[in-house]
Amino acid sequence: MIKIDARGLNCPEPVIKTKKALEEENLVVALVDNETACKNLEKLGQKLNCSTEILELDDDFQITLSQIEEEVASSLTSAELEGGEDQNKVYFIRSDVLGNGEEELGELLIKGFIYTLTETAPLPKSIIFINEGVKLPTLNKEIKQNLKILEEAGVEILSCGTCLEYYNLEDKLKVGEVTNMYTIVERLNSNPVVTV
Amino acid sequence: MRSIPELTDERELVGLGTSDDASVIKLNEEQALIQSLDFFTPVVDDPYLFGKIAATNSLSDIYAMGGEVLSAMNIVGFPSCLEIEVLEQILQGGAAKVKEAGAILAGGHTIEDDEPKYGLSVSGLIAPDQLITNAGAKPGDRLVLTKPIGIGVTITAMKGGMIAEEEDNPAIEAMITLNKEAAEVMKQVGVNACTDVTGFGFLGHLWEMVSASKVGAEIEFGQIPLLPKVIEWAEMGLVPGGAYRNQEYISEDIDFAANINEAKRDILFDPQTSGGLLISVVENKIEELINKLDERGVKAVAVGRITDNTSKIKIKE
Repeated sequence: MIKIDARGLNCPEPVIKTKKALEEENLVVALVDNETACKNLEKLGQKLNCSTEILELDDDFQITLSQIEEEVASSLTSAELEGGEDQNKVYFIRSDVLGNGEEELGELLIKGFIYTLTETAPLPKSIIFINEGVKLPTLNKEIKQNLKILEEAGVEILSCGTCLEYYNLEDKLKVGEVTNMYTIVERLNSNPVVTV
Repeated sequence: MRSIPELTDERELVGLGTSDDASVIKLNEEQALIQSLDFFTPVVDDPYLFGKIAATNSLSDIYAMGGEVLSAMNIVGFPSCLEIEVLEQILQGGAAKVKEAGAILAGGHTIEDDEPKYGLSVSGLIAPDQLITNAGAKPGDRLVLTKPIGIGVTITAMKGGMIAEEEDNPAIEAMITLNKEAAEVMKQVGVNACTDVTGFGFLGHLWEMVSASKVGAEIEFGQIPLLPKVIEWAEMGLVPGGAYRNQEYISEDIDFAANINEAKRDILFDPQTSGGLLISVVENKIEELINKLDERGVKAVAVGRITDNTSKIKIKE
């Protein structure tokens, strides 16, 4: 849990601070001293799929935001159940965008791609992130959440250690495991590979 | 402000009563003097850009009455702890816009203040029979808007570091665009009413117009030009306090269609800095107005129409 004292701060500071805190933790308690900030935090909560509780204190408002993740998780079960023994493909993801073209589009596409993996049977056996691909399990919150869902469903999530080190992202990896070139080659040799 | 006694004088063509954009005083049969002043604290970090925005905003009140700007004077508050170059840049930005308006920068006054403040006191001229107030809208008129809305939300997002503060940012571009061309065209075409969209937001200023004109309005939300990403930012809570105050003040007179969600409402009440003109024009002139504005580089859009439902505004999808 992160506590934020945003009293005395001007709009939009309370929102920005709370948003940043929610990127780190799922539970954030913010203290603000005006109604505008209180209403704005309520909106932020809605936008980020949080349950929001407001406590009116003497002069201040205390807003508790907790991020809900169960909904996404439960939608997985059908794909998970159908998956079973066909779960043998390795997805080899080499970039933080999908396809060549406008970067903005590529980012959207890869986000959609990872999400669709959680929804579709059979699930992959492994997903390997290499080169700029390692930015996905480290920097993109939405993708991280979906990868966690896949991991819980038994999908192996591997990120290239050399790459994480190169991009200075070792501390940011919160899902799956760090791997090396031997393991990567072994996985690619012994399974059908989908290169992305 | 209603407690301040209104001193009536027959020379005064437009006063406090109709919440119009500027005061208008008749000088003689051919000429009336338009006066307005406005100043505020910085909305952007860059002092030169701030000067431009504040000046464009101050000059707008003259244009909203259909007038020509004659002269302007600087109003400045400035802290002694800041470097004098910052003040110079603010004033340079303001002077650039006064020059573009074709007006005389006639001086000004600076006081020491905790926070920088800048704006202009502006004088303009108009022939009394050409005056365009906010009180002349007629049922059946079409409503035209000359700049996108969502400036307040964008400034909030800018302060929150969501977007860079650069001249090609569409919000900045809108704020430093004079309403001069728009005013010249509307005078040429002939319109029934006009106001500029500023601190009370699109709906606040529309409400002032329909109240002063004793009419109502129907707006199509989908037609209103919006700055990029403002709905997303409003949903995220990047909504300035003024939007909530504007909403409280007039919300009983506004009838929103069910699918106009909270974020869209916030944008409609979002306080604008140096916003566009909202023009009420008779139906058979709307095409001419929009085409002529387009020729001068003003992207104007028809957003709704005037009804006879006094002081009531309906917002459709």
